[in-house]
Amino acid sequence: MARGSQGIVTLLGIASGAAFGLLIGVGMFTFRYARGGSYLTNDPKACANCHVMREQFEGWTRSSHHAVAVCNDCHTPHDFFGKWFTKGLNGWNHSFAFTTGNFPEPIRIGPRNRAITEAACRNCHAALTSAIDHAGESGAAQKLACLKCHWNVGHAH
Amino acid sequence: MSETAPQPPRRAVRVVLISAAVAAVAAAFITALLVNIFEKKTEAQNPFFRVVELTDEIDDPAVWGKDFPLQYDQYKKTVDQVRTRYGGSEAVPHTPTQADPRSVVAQSKLEEDPRLVTMWAGYAFSKDFREDRGHAYMLSDQELTQRQVVVKQPGACIHCHASTYLAMKRLGHGDLTKGFDALNHMPYFDARKEVQHPVACIDCHDAKTMALRVTKPAFMEGIAKVKASAGIPNYDVNKMATRQEMRAFVCGQCHVEYYFKGAEKRLTFPWDKGLQAEKILAYYDEIGFKDWVHKETEAPVLKAQHPEFEMWSQGVHARSGVTCADCHMPYIRVGAQKISDHHVRSPLLNVANACQTCHRYPEAEIKERAEQIQNRHYELRNHAMDALMDLIRDVKDAKQKGLSDDQLQKPRDFQRKAQFLLDFAEAENSTGFHAPQEGSRILGLSLDYARQGQQMLATLWREKAGAGPPSAAPRAPSGVEAPRPNPGAVANPSDAMKR
Repeated sequence: MARGSQGIVTLLGIASGAAFGLLIGVGMFTFRYARGGSYLTNDPKACANCHVMREQFEGWTRSSHHAVAVCNDCHTPHDFFGKWFTKGLNGWNHSFAFTTGNFPEPIRIGPRNRAITEAACRNCHAALTSAIDHAGESGAAQKLACLKCHWNVGHAH
Repeated sequence: MSETAPQPPRRAVRVVLISAAVAAVAAAFITALLVNIFEKKTEAQNPFFRVVELTDEIDDPAVWGKDFPLQYDQYKKTVDQVRTRYGGSEAVPHTPTQADPRSVVAQSKLEEDPRLVTMWAGYAFSKDFREDRGHAYMLSDQELTQRQVVVKQPGACIHCHASTYLAMKRLGHGDLTKGFDALNHMPYFDARKEVQHPVACIDCHDAKTMALRVTKPAFMEGIAKVKASAGIPNYDVNKMATRQEMRAFVCGQCHVEYYFKGAEKRLTFPWDKGLQAEKILAYYDEIGFKDWVHKETEAPVLKAQHPEFEMWSQGVHARSGVTCADCHMPYIRVGAQKISDHHVRSPLLNVANACQTCHRYPEAEIKERAEQIQNRHYELRNHAMDALMDLIRDVKDAKQKGLSDDQLQKPRDFQRKAQFLLDFAEAENSTGFHAPQEGSRILGLSLDYARQGQQMLATLWREKAGAGPPSAAPRAPSGVEAPRPNPGAVANPSDAMKR
């Protein structure tokens, strides 16, 4: 009796190990097939892996900023934690929307990501923007938005 | 049940079973994702399969649809009838008869605004004039309109209500222009026998390359005249137009003002002097053309027909290089493919794709802006319409009370001018949106001509020993607010129409 149950445990152990291994294998293959690794880089091509961002990517290659900034420079915060949290959050949101197909066209930036981009403008162009922000202090309680006028410096649409 | 010995394996079994279930769900999920990614990647590859060899001799859109199923699916949707505030089309039930088997038609514009009947008195349009439906109906609606019963229509009409390319090639033995001439000559129902389909792929696309092309000779000749007046001689639209221009020109093959020239009823676009409304009017005046004689006033008048291309050309979108296709056939994504939406329709029914690509405002705001332009245009159109009704009433009155044809010649000319310009803005299918300022300018001119005509009649009566009838008194220039001199004579439908 004891020997028999030992054998069953061994068998079950092998089976569950194999099942788990299979899962990891399929998962790794999917990750590789979906070019999951590319999302951990700074390469703008990764953002156009799926075709949804194709127009934005092509727009960027022709834009004034393509020589000085990649997607992540304008679309993620400039600190380590913020960058990876934003990459994770956007990665989840975009994958979910694209997989379910449930998103409105034409695609548009949301408020959270707009704020990140706005901050990115001010980060690189600090000397200029701080002068502008402090110029009209008497009346202007609200900041001017760079993107209101310069919405197409990164890419049109 | 034993108490101790089987315990460890049973717990192990439970743990293993639970973890197996979790692993199974996870595996199913990952595999589903994998398949989804695979599908998306497959979509992203060029999915064009040539299953039919298309030639310049095939006009059946269903055959083209085998090679281009996505475009064809959208093209077929032009059967949809959806209203917009001022246009679109509404499915109105119709009792089928022997002569007219349609069970659904579009709303009657004559019922919406009875003033149109007065404007077109003596012309077939006063008998039946409905809101136009989608491209799918162009052939059957023309065949079955009451206008066919009232007047014998020429074959030239079929030019823009059917896919005529193959018919023209056949009738001209390969020469498009000769075939075009032949089709123009025929009585309508003979010409009808030469065609099978409403506008089809082949009318705008080259069968080999799918590039846009113009196939209607009337447009080739018309646009050459426009370019010649701008200093470009011998313009060949299919060789010299840019790709972006073509995205408007293919539509301009039909959505334009035209007339039938001479006894051979040659379909002609009146663009010798340019595309603006009064330049077209000046051309008609110069060649002494009239569409018909107004039944109530005997004025030699003109009917303007859907001048969308001309009106668009005067607007800010045209100036910015935005063409018909950009708003009426915007790019849509089907799977990974970006295609032109061949469901041609009002952008007001498709604001996201049509407008938001360039105008980054909320849909509701964009729609409100467009409708505000249309509301203003429509208000002015109603004032101009009232002014024209007043002039027609006065000319008719003067004719009955014995003013001579000589004396009435100028007031009748004012009616002709006022009526054409009003009709130009009215027949144009955007309620002013294609070129808001130009629309207002044309309606302002029309209003002025109508009032000038009335003023001239009033002067004539004064000269005739001051015995003029009260109804011939001129209206104040700001006419709308002023009391009507003869309130009983003409009802004021515009009040009822201000929705």
